[in-house]
Amino acid sequence: MVPDILQEGVNYLTYVLMGLDPTSALGSAVNFFIYDTIKILILLTVIIFAIAFFRSYISPIKVRKALAKRNEYIGNVAAALVGIITPFCSCSAVPLFIGFVESGVPLGVTFSFLIASPMVNEIAIILLWGMLGWQITALYIISGLIIAIIAGIIIGKLKLEGEVESYVYEMIDKIKAAEKAGVTLEEEKQTPKERFLSSRDYTFDLLKKISPYVVIAIGIGAIIHGYAPADFLITYAGPGNPLAVPIAVLIGVPLYSNAAGIIPLVAVFIEKGIPIGTALAFMMAVTALSLPEMIILRKVLKPKLLAIFIGILAVSITAIGYLFNAIIYL
Amino acid sequence: MKVQVYGTGCGNCQALEKTAKKAIEDLGVNVEVEKIEDMDKILEAGLLSVPGFAVEGEMKSMGRVPSVEEIKKWIKAKM
Repeated sequence: MVPDILQEGVNYLTYVLMGLDPTSALGSAVNFFIYDTIKILILLTVIIFAIAFFRSYISPIKVRKALAKRNEYIGNVAAALVGIITPFCSCSAVPLFIGFVESGVPLGVTFSFLIASPMVNEIAIILLWGMLGWQITALYIISGLIIAIIAGIIIGKLKLEGEVESYVYEMIDKIKAAEKAGVTLEEEKQTPKERFLSSRDYTFDLLKKISPYVVIAIGIGAIIHGYAPADFLITYAGPGNPLAVPIAVLIGVPLYSNAAGIIPLVAVFIEKGIPIGTALAFMMAVTALSLPEMIILRKVLKPKLLAIFIGILAVSITAIGYLFNAIIYL
Repeated sequence: MKVQVYGTGCGNCQALEKTAKKAIEDLGVNVEVEKIEDMDKILEAGLLSVPGFAVEGEMKSMGRVPSVEEIKKWIKAKM
């Protein structure tokens, strides 16, 4: 494995060339910072590129077509799964929602997609995998998918079509009229070389945007890693505090814009005593319950449906947190 | 000649506008960049994700920022 060779190299650099003491706080912090920064940046570059290239073959138009034919249950599962590889920026939430409803994707299936897509995204997965290993990453992905599927099924069962803003139906009429007038969108045709080049540009643009947050977060993480006592956080957020999970969820909600910077910190929190369930619930709240997206979705959802959506997500994320805390401490 | 940038003002929409202007500058042609920020118009164009890029109203890319080279290719094809 590459990271193992990397660890040896970084050990040589920090402990031999720089002459730092491996048992000292400074040595441990510097080693952690250099190793994690290099590892995470390599992982981010390789995986963001690979996913961007793969994704250029799966457009929202294809996703919509595939989901329109599905019934409940299978549709919810399919929507959550495609949500992993098709992220959308929150400014696309409204057109996606209207486009899905227009072509007959059931409301509950649309929600499964809207929940899974931001929660189980490639950046969260890479950072978790790089900092915490594959077991916790797998727990995160599986529980994220389960939440997206179940929340979508519940919303579907509640028959809330009437709680969609009339704006949606007005727009659907306008879109249908435009289609009749001859406005049709065709699938983009790109050559493999163009896909390669645009994936490359996308990767570097994204890295430029998120790497400062990631590096700063790893830096803060390195200081906590080196200097904070091992049981530093147990007193406040450890298994002894029954309210730790809901508090973690509440803290997570306003932090969406910095998801890339939050995960490296969470990794260190786990090391310093925060239970896995609490940490997972916190990360899910950061990625799935994004304040800006909620505000944008208000344009298409009446307050009642928006509140149900937020409520179901908050409750299921908290439940997952308690569940993992219970299983892992049994 | 006109090209259209469909977007609500998010980061990628602004990036697309800059890329389009760069492509036009590189080509040294007289092309106007029209910005369509009204959500209703974006939806009527059939877009599922923003930003969208069109040449003379014909949609070329959706939900991503195309490269300068791609935009040049599309403009040249229409000239």
